[in-house]
Amino acid sequence: MLSVTGVSKTFPGVRALSSVDFTARTGEVHALIGENGAGKSTLIKVLTGVYRPDEGQVTYDGSPVRFATPLEAQHAGISTIYQEVNLVPLMTVARNLLLGREPRNRLGLIDFRRMHRTADEALRGLGIRVDVRRPLRELGVGAQQMVALARAVSVDARVVVMDEPTSSLEPREVRTLFEVIRTLRERGIAVIYVSHRLDELYEICDTVTVLRDGKVVHTGRIADLDRLRLVSLMLGREIGVVRDEGLTKFTGSHDTAVEPVLQAEELTVRHLLDGVSVAVRPGEVVGLGGLLGSGRTETAKAIAGALRTDSGRVVVAGTTVRTGSTPAAIRAGISLLPEDRKAEGVLPGLSVRENIALAALPGLSRFGLVDEARIDRIVDTFMTRLRIKAAGPHQKVGELSGGNQQKVLLARWLAMHPKVLLLDEPTRGIDVGAKAEVQKLIDELADDGLGVLLISSDTEELIEGSDRVVVLKDGAVVAELTGDAVTEDRLMRAIATAPSASTAAGGPDD
Amino acid sequence: MTADVESPVHTVSTPEEEALGAGRSERLSALAQQHGALVTLVVAVIAASLSFDTFLTGDNLENMALSSAFLAVVALGMTFVIVTGGIDLSVGSLFALGGVLAAWGSRYGTVVALLLPLAVCGLIGLVNGLLIARSRLAPFIVTLASMLGARGILLSLTDEGSTTYLVDKDSFFATLGQSTVLGIGAPVWITVALFVLGAVVLRRTRFGQYVYAVGGNEDAAALMGAPVARTKISVYTLSGLCAGFAGALNAAWLVSGVTILGTGMELDAISAVVIGGTLLTGGFGFLSGSLVGVLLLKVIQNVINQIGSLDSAYQQVVSGAFLAVVVIAQTWLGRRRRVL
Amino acid sequence: MTDLTLGRATADRDRLLRLLQEYGVYLGVVVLLLLNTVFTPHFLSAENFRTQAVQVAPVLIVALGMALAIGSEGVDLSVGSVMALSTSLLSLYLGYGAWIAVLAAVAGGIVVGVANGALIAFVGVQPIVATLALMVAGRGLALVLLPQLKDVRNPGMAELGSGDVLGVPYLVLIAVALALLVGFVVRRTTFGRQLLALGDSRPAARLAGLPVRRVLIVVYVCSGVLAAIAGVLATARLTASDPTSLGTLMELSAITAVVVGGTPLSGGRVRIGGTVAGAVLIQLLTTTLIKHDLPPSWTQIAQAVVIVLAVYAARERGKR
Repeated sequence: MLSVTGVSKTFPGVRALSSVDFTARTGEVHALIGENGAGKSTLIKVLTGVYRPDEGQVTYDGSPVRFATPLEAQHAGISTIYQEVNLVPLMTVARNLLLGREPRNRLGLIDFRRMHRTADEALRGLGIRVDVRRPLRELGVGAQQMVALARAVSVDARVVVMDEPTSSLEPREVRTLFEVIRTLRERGIAVIYVSHRLDELYEICDTVTVLRDGKVVHTGRIADLDRLRLVSLMLGREIGVVRDEGLTKFTGSHDTAVEPVLQAEELTVRHLLDGVSVAVRPGEVVGLGGLLGSGRTETAKAIAGALRTDSGRVVVAGTTVRTGSTPAAIRAGISLLPEDRKAEGVLPGLSVRENIALAALPGLSRFGLVDEARIDRIVDTFMTRLRIKAAGPHQKVGELSGGNQQKVLLARWLAMHPKVLLLDEPTRGIDVGAKAEVQKLIDELADDGLGVLLISSDTEELIEGSDRVVVLKDGAVVAELTGDAVTEDRLMRAIATAPSASTAAGGPDD
Repeated sequence: MTADVESPVHTVSTPEEEALGAGRSERLSALAQQHGALVTLVVAVIAASLSFDTFLTGDNLENMALSSAFLAVVALGMTFVIVTGGIDLSVGSLFALGGVLAAWGSRYGTVVALLLPLAVCGLIGLVNGLLIARSRLAPFIVTLASMLGARGILLSLTDEGSTTYLVDKDSFFATLGQSTVLGIGAPVWITVALFVLGAVVLRRTRFGQYVYAVGGNEDAAALMGAPVARTKISVYTLSGLCAGFAGALNAAWLVSGVTILGTGMELDAISAVVIGGTLLTGGFGFLSGSLVGVLLLKVIQNVINQIGSLDSAYQQVVSGAFLAVVVIAQTWLGRRRRVL
Repeated sequence: MTDLTLGRATADRDRLLRLLQEYGVYLGVVVLLLLNTVFTPHFLSAENFRTQAVQVAPVLIVALGMALAIGSEGVDLSVGSVMALSTSLLSLYLGYGAWIAVLAAVAGGIVVGVANGALIAFVGVQPIVATLALMVAGRGLALVLLPQLKDVRNPGMAELGSGDVLGVPYLVLIAVALALLVGFVVRRTTFGRQLLALGDSRPAARLAGLPVRRVLIVVYVCSGVLAAIAGVLATARLTASDPTSLGTLMELSAITAVVVGGTPLSGGRVRIGGTVAGAVLIQLLTTTLIKHDLPPSWTQIAQAVVIVLAVYAARERGKR
């Protein structure tokens, strides 16, 4: 139905896709999976006309095509359902469903009765019953997604791309969604399904394509692939012969005496986190493992006060920190290097110097006047210590490389003398040399007595960098690897096999 | 990313409960938004007629209706603009320019008197729309500039404001503004007709749907195939046309092109639209509300005039405060909705 | 090969464009000065320069506050009304002495600023809308307090309006001092740095633990106070309080000065020097047109064109 052959796409500095072949067939649900940066979203964007490939061919319905815009692809019958619903929330369900295709009477005016009937029929056809006259935003997220789906199908879509459709759905809504997907499959529609929830993939998908570093590493029937193998393909790690390491469990043997500098207890955020507890001792690097969307970033944000929690407690060095307040968390000594460095971390328009001094400013000024000399000293110290490569302290941060931007952020927080550092994907989008440097810095910082919580999709980095790894799945802690159990095998096993409903912590017992 | 709801740690309300609760407060706030202005208007009218014998007289009512008519036509175009999430600050200047052009053009006949202001003001609206939709400049700054520019054009047409063109009292154009049908001035009838037409366009045509879609979620509208740029250009052109036409109508009524009119009119129009329940953030609104908003402003003005000791400036204080209250209410209601 | 040269050509053009955006306003001022020197009779006289400077002073002071608001990714449309309110309050309290009256006027500016800031920072209203409401209400309040034009006969105010030090009018001295002060605040204080940070990226500023709400409120209070001072000075110069017309379209002139001066509407940057030059540029443009007997209507049209061009140019920079 829709296929690409030998597609490559390069962005400045990154080869996002290299000669990828992918085929979505009629009446088939095709899972597309891969970790962050594997090239999934780029591939989807090539398929739906957002990007044009540098090389290779997109074939649709047997003939080569070149879509200039997503709209063109949509007119041809390729619809995309995005994570965040792309409809107009203030308009009614029927108006959303039929925007631009409203039934009209002889005078050219919209015939509301027919419009409501058509909309109702379209939704019923998918087994969904909602009042089509209600504004869309009054519906739950799941129902909104159904409307998006109904719209896609009703514009005669023959290929439907779903990008993480279940990420904010209740289990019941997921059921309904799957029913709808099955209906689509029976109607002969090709579905491309992107998700990180293995259970779902095995339930609904027929075939699977695994992407890693812009290349297809596997494609075939999903039933022929066991879960462990799938996880290892995604993460790019081979599973060794199962070594008998169940005996060597040093569960928190050496450091238990030391009081944790950070204790996060039972953090719960609706839809995102479910009773997550993590403790970090001074000088320890604790990794947060899990697939994309397992709640790693949310845990870090909840601890740093950037995500309001429904319940739970954060304790730093014995004092409880008010949750949901970034300044309170910062005062308590928690520093977060956010995942989205460009949007939430650096101030791209300001200089290296301003960026480093930003958080520490109140401490570096007297009567509201900035003490330039002290800032210069601190900026100087950190630029040397962290080996920040810039034309000078007055260069705009937006002009620096990713690695140096990350170091600037690190410097900003180190200037605050934090007790705990939360690092969310600290080496993403950083070239190899700078990556090793940042990793070395993290080690040094931990040696200086800082508690570090490390999030990384790079399994190797996570395993090698962490003393302990807490594994998350679907927003809950499913395992904790300590001592010799901190291995890639164990991590992948924990991700692949842990039942998603458990909140138990502790090493997986094979 | 969903937390697992089967876990014993916390229970989540079922979707039904949620929908119910959300539905009730949604309906309440929607009700407040749709009819708040109308209720206030009714209360204000009752209070005014009880307090002042002169309020509920035919003369006074007709006066109010006539003076509301011109602002209402401006507010009509403004409603379309605000529903797309934009703003048009140039309408006051265009109103004055329209009046001057109509008065000047009336010597060449009624057709010129009507078409000239429509053409010029529509063109300025079109330029606004092009700059906003194609060059992606901020609406407030573009229309602020054209507010200045239009005022400049007006001044250069009238020897720096010193010439006032008069309309021949016996011309058909003057009749348009002066005559009455069933005891009610022609401009009022024309305004009512325009509102009916506008409401049909906004509610019952595909273009109207696009206006709502662009204001509700521009990116989604584009992905759903709505002609975003064309819709935006259209609403600014429409707003220019409305302002120009209102100015022409006003000139016919006054039988002259008064040059100093229209300052601050953009604020009155925006206030009326917002008080009438249209969201300033776009995506939601209705013309009947704007009409109620205009009437409410005029009733307040009338009451203030009736209290002889009060200066008409109180009206500005009241409408500014009104605007602030309505905007705060909208923001709070909107935020509650997002949370729910 | 062609690609390479093409790349270099566009890079050169980019640099030229950027230079023009950065320093175009100064160039414009110089060009207008030169043109006037050559073509306008009696342009190069101390008296003329003094007149020009006195005329530009209020606009400049308002533009300083506007620059702060725009730097925080906002805008303050209420400045003209604050000027009117300030002149009303001034007249009202002049009986208690000039100082009390000036303080009352400034207090009015503070109140409006707090209202603006609270609407924006706490309620979350868009700056345009919040300040629009205050713009309507502020002008109304000014007229309620002082319904019509009133002469200001106070020796202190008269001295402020027409006195000078070594030939430099007080008005100009005050404007220069305020420009230096605001420049200093932007460059050297914690508040200035935090303002630029939150204008550059609100989410990043929030995650860095900055007191976003407090900074926003202070920004609008500053803008209100500066507008109030401008109102006082304008009143002193005119020796009359005219709440009907004082400060009308002032928001537009101030925004023009700021934008022409190279401060982007997208925030994160405040150019005080550019703002001063922007205000001077518009003043010179007006003078040039007037001195050559072009009617004021032309000035308005010219100003409209200049503002659209400036915003258009700034947009190009924002995209890059």
